[in-house]
Amino acid sequence: MQILGLYNYWIFIVLMMCGFYVVISRGNLVKKLVGLNIFQTSVFILYISMGKIAGGTAPILTGMATIYSNPVPHVLILTAIVVGIATTALGLALVVRIHEAYGTIEEDEIHAQSEDEAL
Amino acid sequence: MLLSLLVVTALAVIRLRDLFAVVMLFGIYSLLSASLFVVLDAVDVAFTEASVGAGVATVFMLGTLALTTSREKTPGAHKPLLPLLVVLVTGAALIYGTSDIPHYGDPGNPIHQHVAPRYLEDSAEEIGIPNVVSSVLASYRGYDTLGETTVVFTAAIGVLLLIGGARRRRRSEEPPRPDREEEDA
Amino acid sequence: MQQYSVPRLITKLLLPLILLFALYVQFHGDFGPGGGFQAGVIFAAGFVLYALVYGLDNARRIMPPWLLRVGVSLGVLIYAGVGVAGMLLGGAFLDYGVLDSHDPVHGQHLGILLVELGVGITVASVMISIFYAFAGRGR
Repeated sequence: MQILGLYNYWIFIVLMMCGFYVVISRGNLVKKLVGLNIFQTSVFILYISMGKIAGGTAPILTGMATIYSNPVPHVLILTAIVVGIATTALGLALVVRIHEAYGTIEEDEIHAQSEDEAL
Repeated sequence: MLLSLLVVTALAVIRLRDLFAVVMLFGIYSLLSASLFVVLDAVDVAFTEASVGAGVATVFMLGTLALTTSREKTPGAHKPLLPLLVVLVTGAALIYGTSDIPHYGDPGNPIHQHVAPRYLEDSAEEIGIPNVVSSVLASYRGYDTLGETTVVFTAAIGVLLLIGGARRRRRSEEPPRPDREEEDA
Repeated sequence: MQQYSVPRLITKLLLPLILLFALYVQFHGDFGPGGGFQAGVIFAAGFVLYALVYGLDNARRIMPPWLLRVGVSLGVLIYAGVGVAGMLLGGAFLDYGVLDSHDPVHGQHLGILLVELGVGITVASVMISIFYAFAGRGR
């Protein structure tokens, strides 16, 4: 129980770190955004799993159940998902503009082009 | 089982170079996490994640790929060792931090003691609708939701400002395409 | 996509169901899982499907961009307007209990319904206009 009680959280941290690794080690901007989204989704799962009560059910009051899981993280994450897709779309729009301006979405090539211009 | 599938998907995203496959895997990842949300009793969240992550987000990313390129270049200048070290240190710190987190599913956790019981017990009389998530979302936490709607609104304005207008010619030697200009976008 | 008849037919069959389901999710969100955010995204997904199969121009004819721009701001305006209406009727901002003079619970019902409607309109219009922006860019 000592181990099992925290096992879930460790898996979520592994998932977060996968996303984080993609963000900091890859130069491709679209892949960075995918990594950021994986990171984000893992944080969502972490929050939702904190709201779970063993033996509980979904927080819809039907009168048949006595234990409900905590609805507060659900509300928080519900709105966060929609805000997340909106900001992701903004990021993708920036990627499209960067591709139009530089002709590439690789980070190091963009840096090289900017340095060439500065010289 | 679901957790191991999630981990496999995330590792595949790291390994693959074909961005089309990466985006598709992200859709699968969203769908898997939506099923995990159902297991964790968050049906509303699962609903949102399935429609947003697996549906609309994938379409937006594919749209971006269609406008740019669908192949990632092999990293030459990037050394994987330093990012790996950073990730390992961060992950170790976070796992050390979980030793103070209360156990999964325990009804005595601090998160279940503060406002949640009040919402669950009183919202039937105060709001009168069965779905507690809806009543907290729209009524008890109405300010939050107003703010988040405004964020979505602002993001749309940003996207439309960035790529909504008529397309200008790229700096490279691409020929102009005057016949395909959008008059209204 | 113009020459494939199977996707066109399936889309024609599915589209009313998707839009109807979105409306169901929108207005049944008080009782089951659902609400403005989900309904807006599902509604937008239906239009994205239509635009993918039948072409962007046909989709623009049905849901013109000016209507979307109105919708984006109308949703936020409805939400804030409900809050201001509560203030004018003597309550606090976003206090729905005063919207019905007889029974605060009915007022809460009405307020939540309107607020979710505002959220749904904004989210649907935002998603469709972002899709138009991406799709219109590549031509």
